[in-house]
Amino acid sequence: MKRLPVLALLLWICCVFYVGIFLFVGGFLLVRLEVNRTSTCEDVLPPSYDATSPDFCPRHPRVRRAVILVVDALKAEFARYDPGNLSPRPFENKLPVLGETVSSRASQARLYTFRADPPTTTMQRIKGFTTGSLPTFIDVGNNFASSAVLEDNLIHQLGQAGKRVVFMGDDTWVSLFPKKFHRSLPFPSFNVKDLHTVDNGILQNIFPTMDGDDWDVLIAHFLGVDHCGHRFGPDHPAMAEKLTQMDGVIRSVMKRLQNDTLLVVMGDHGMTDTGDHGGESQKETDAALFLYSGSPLFPAPDAQQVEPEVVPQTDLVPTLALLLGVPIPYSSVGQVMLPLFPRNSQVEALWINAKQVHRFLETYSSMANDIPADSLSQLRARFSQISSQYMSSIRDGTPPPPELLASMQEYLSSVRETCRASWARFNPLKMAAGLLVLGFGCILCYVISELSVVILQGAMLKTPVLAGLMVGGAVAVGQIFTLGYVEVSWCLGAAVLFSEALFLWRARRVCPRGRLSHWSLLTPPLLVLLLRCASLLSDSYVISEGRVVTFLLFSLGVYVPLQLNWDGLLFPAPSTDTQKPPGLLAPSLPPSVVRRETGALLVCTGVLVACLYLSLSFHSCREEQGACQPSVFLTQLSRVQDSRLRNLHYVLSLASLSAWAFLLHRWLRHYGNLNCTGVGVFTARCLLPLASICMGLHWAVSATPDDTFRNLAELISLGQVILPRIAFGLLGLGSLLLWLDPLTVFLKTRAPLNSRGAVVPPPRYRASTGISPQAELHHLIPQLYQRIRQSLDNEGVKVTDPDGRPAVEAYGLGTVYSAPLVLLCGLMGLGMLLLHPEGMALAFLLLLLQAAALLHLHASSSNLSSQQSHSSVFSVPWTPVVLWSLAASQFFHATGHLPTFPSIQWGAAFVGFPQGHTGTALPASLVTLNTFSSHILFAVGCPLLLFWPLVHELRGYRTSRSGGGEDGDEVVMEMRLRENPQQFSSALLQLAARYLFINGAQVLASVCAAAILRRHLMVWKVFAPKLMFEASAFIVGSVFVLVGVALVMRVDAAVAHLFQRLIPENSR
Amino acid sequence: MWEVEIRGMASAHALLAGSVLVGSLMPALTVENSSVYGTHLVWLYSVSACIAVVNIAVFWLLGISPPTKKNTLSYKLSRLIRSCLYFLLSCLFFHTVVVLYGAPLLESALETFSLAVLLSTLTTLRCLCMLGPNVQAWIRVFSRDGAMSVWDTSLQITTGCSVVGAWLGAFPIPLDWDRPWQVWPISCSLGATGGFLTGLLAAPIWIRWHRKQLTYKLK
Repeated sequence: MKRLPVLALLLWICCVFYVGIFLFVGGFLLVRLEVNRTSTCEDVLPPSYDATSPDFCPRHPRVRRAVILVVDALKAEFARYDPGNLSPRPFENKLPVLGETVSSRASQARLYTFRADPPTTTMQRIKGFTTGSLPTFIDVGNNFASSAVLEDNLIHQLGQAGKRVVFMGDDTWVSLFPKKFHRSLPFPSFNVKDLHTVDNGILQNIFPTMDGDDWDVLIAHFLGVDHCGHRFGPDHPAMAEKLTQMDGVIRSVMKRLQNDTLLVVMGDHGMTDTGDHGGESQKETDAALFLYSGSPLFPAPDAQQVEPEVVPQTDLVPTLALLLGVPIPYSSVGQVMLPLFPRNSQVEALWINAKQVHRFLETYSSMANDIPADSLSQLRARFSQISSQYMSSIRDGTPPPPELLASMQEYLSSVRETCRASWARFNPLKMAAGLLVLGFGCILCYVISELSVVILQGAMLKTPVLAGLMVGGAVAVGQIFTLGYVEVSWCLGAAVLFSEALFLWRARRVCPRGRLSHWSLLTPPLLVLLLRCASLLSDSYVISEGRVVTFLLFSLGVYVPLQLNWDGLLFPAPSTDTQKPPGLLAPSLPPSVVRRETGALLVCTGVLVACLYLSLSFHSCREEQGACQPSVFLTQLSRVQDSRLRNLHYVLSLASLSAWAFLLHRWLRHYGNLNCTGVGVFTARCLLPLASICMGLHWAVSATPDDTFRNLAELISLGQVILPRIAFGLLGLGSLLLWLDPLTVFLKTRAPLNSRGAVVPPPRYRASTGISPQAELHHLIPQLYQRIRQSLDNEGVKVTDPDGRPAVEAYGLGTVYSAPLVLLCGLMGLGMLLLHPEGMALAFLLLLLQAAALLHLHASSSNLSSQQSHSSVFSVPWTPVVLWSLAASQFFHATGHLPTFPSIQWGAAFVGFPQGHTGTALPASLVTLNTFSSHILFAVGCPLLLFWPLVHELRGYRTSRSGGGEDGDEVVMEMRLRENPQQFSSALLQLAARYLFINGAQVLASVCAAAILRRHLMVWKVFAPKLMFEASAFIVGSVFVLVGVALVMRVDAAVAHLFQRLIPENSR
Repeated sequence: MWEVEIRGMASAHALLAGSVLVGSLMPALTVENSSVYGTHLVWLYSVSACIAVVNIAVFWLLGISPPTKKNTLSYKLSRLIRSCLYFLLSCLFFHTVVVLYGAPLLESALETFSLAVLLSTLTTLRCLCMLGPNVQAWIRVFSRDGAMSVWDTSLQITTGCSVVGAWLGAFPIPLDWDRPWQVWPISCSLGATGGFLTGLLAAPIWIRWHRKQLTYKLK
């Protein structure tokens, strides 16, 4: 068989998809690197620049203390006060204190519109107005599995400067800034329906704290307004009540304020008319900012303004830092708010700010290159101009020219804009290119799956790949000449797109006429796939994705027997043959066989349906699903309080674990794969049960409550480390051994033991010894297989041959391909089960049962319709492949996973490593294995779809068709594949291409969803995470498809080697 | 021959479609404050009853049901009892299938069962009327060359349309539109009824269109 071309084609398809995903994600997902450096007061630019420059932080801060009241979702509209409005709506005119203060004490107070940057979610916003940066969807840092802010931030700087920061309110802060507060009083923020717990907690504590002298900066984060918005919307009497309460709070705080204290009242984001937030509409980004100082702080306003000015949220950070006399956080891109500084120190403040921003820009551009080089050089030039101007004015002692102020402000805002453009804006060109590559990739997969025979014969891959590489290189050279640097994504995109187009063009030329018709796409399995893809475009369907997939799977599963019945194949039609001319009908199966197969088919459908229904009870819940209880099996056993329930769960899990191991063992024994002494069998016989025992013990150990066995505590903690590691080791060893020696065939030469002893009639294959080794091979295989069958029929008991042929007894040759795959799936399944909560053992057992049911369903239906299909012998139709791939998505949900980031089971990283890790590679791979376990299992097991109908081929049927062969030795199970290596390789390629097509189409659909709905309210909550999960699932799944196919190739090589060894022995 | 059969079938189908209309209007005229959404179960049972009555009447009068071999009273009675039993079993079967498809198991079981009754009325009852209580004949009808008359073809089409309509009716349920017809099982029963009506309309047209290709074996 052609091993290398198949693997190369599949690898190329995968690469095409990877490049498409890379391009799209590069344009869609905004990634920013975290700079983990902190500013200090001594930080200055290189000394040559400014020997006489002022300190980085002023020695005499303008304000000594600050009270920061964060009112979550305090929209700009809420803070406005319009006395003329006689019939205010519930959210209007409820905070009169702000308006009154601003108009009565103009030198002490200001009210601004405070514009946040998207994403407008509370956590991102807290990060935003403490670091001064622009947190994106993904902040790449080294804080794995923890949400603590590692970037330089205001809280850290305040702590460094010796300021006592007291915090109360939303507990998100405590997880973001662990151990940074002098004192903290967090209250749970999780329950959105609870309007009062956090606020009342703050109200009880804030006034005593303010009256005391144990603080310098007081932060209070109120959640009531936000929760009220989520629960009732802004237009509700509860909102009026809440805002009035806030009004009272602000009044009381202002009364207690001392002269050297600054009061900041701010909203972190706004809300839509329905009370939601997260997107980038102006209603969501515009919050209110109110500044008030006990003593006059603001210079007299130049012109009376009715509308408040708009202040970007990042500007608060440098302003507060300079006011309080701490360094500006390292990665802040904000600009100081000049009205808070007296005229004579405004230039100095801006200079400090510009220096800090410049330094950050230099550091960041040395770490990452997502800021375009040309704008970077422009910014550099402008900064050097500013600094020379400033230096000269300092040197001369003249007051700096007024243009300097403006140019500094302009510099700062253009830096901010540049950063925003590279971190917070989509790149539609890249997104379109990614979409194009992915769309072509799907067409490519489809074409390859339909024309696998032609394409394998034609060796069509080399030219397109070479041409694509050349085009990519040319683009790179062109970029060097025109732009001066190489942008990798465009080179990759050009290369892949060109090679795809060339391949498709060549495929079109070799394609037999009428082979690729558009109507063949509208079959029910592909219709189901289309529905599945369409469902990814709606947030409601993505939210209830688990049920949607199950629904579609159920429909397609039920369709199989209905379709067979429609074709009249399910139940043998009694005596209809007489009416039709016998020549037209292919010889049909005998009724008894049909009845047996029909029974098997219906039983499999029943098992499939039962598995589907039961798997619904293992789902977890998204936060969008209101009345939903997560599955009880998802809780760790150690957290189950009731001891009887815990024991029950443990027994259930243990039973499923042993059932998993037993079923695997049983299957292998049934097909005679456990007879030899090879390492593969050693794996199945010893390693598998041992690993299961380790897992059972590990569960028992980790489920013991902490307080029951105090004297055994050390042993228990040792067991928690050792047992899973042993299990991992055993499973890894098993997989390795399986790869080294995948054959589970037991050969025994029977000739010497033959009781008849005397002259042995020459075996038939000897007749062909003179022809060619190839022909020999073809005759030897049936011989071998016949022996297996005999040994199988007699359950391995040796019998004397009926015709006394000397031959080789080969056990397990009929399942030589599928046995290692099944074993590998079993081993990997156990390993991934170990990474899940114990209760998921039941779900994994269901997975095994459902996979078996799907395989049997496929085998029975292809047996029943065998006389119909004339195409290729081994070709796997679309229906089972779609079922198989949808089952992967179904069990993603049925093992308690969800396509959201909070639902990732981080606990998997600590199985066997309860003390944590030093690196990030190991925990990341453990979590990946846990998250995509079902995708991995189904991807590795994908080639089984090709083998199963052969394993279950009808015995005796082909004999009757071939005119009554002597002893029916044409039943050769998987050896049939060895007889037709060409068709084997093309069928394998077709199967893998179909599987990749189905997964790729889902990726394409979620990519389309993210691209079309990028302004949708739910894009960051639903579509972007879904895209990430779908793309990662494709990447992981395709890698493991390649692993599965490679294992098949490995087995094939081993089988070829075995036969080469055998022929000389037997043909002499 | 063809024209007569098709015309007869079209009028029978028109009667059935009219029964759906009557069934929808009846609760509106007799029960106060009734609406398809508000008092959905009343509507559902009224439509089911009307279809059942008209179905039985039409097929009784037209005499399409297979001729009974024995004409004794006891045999007829046993057929009747078996038909009722089959109808009940089919209701339970549809209920199970709908639950397996994801309907809630315990809560709103009455609604689920009512949907099963409607589906049985639209599918099983017609099978019972045309083929008698004979499961093998039912299985035979739903295969490619199993139809033996235009009535069998029309049975294939209407049954398929009803089931597919109910299946499509489940699609809008997860959407967050908060419409009254998204409540379980309204969209599914409306879908099933709509599918049935479509089938009634489509069957004569389809048969007429394909009358050249259709050849029926005689029993």
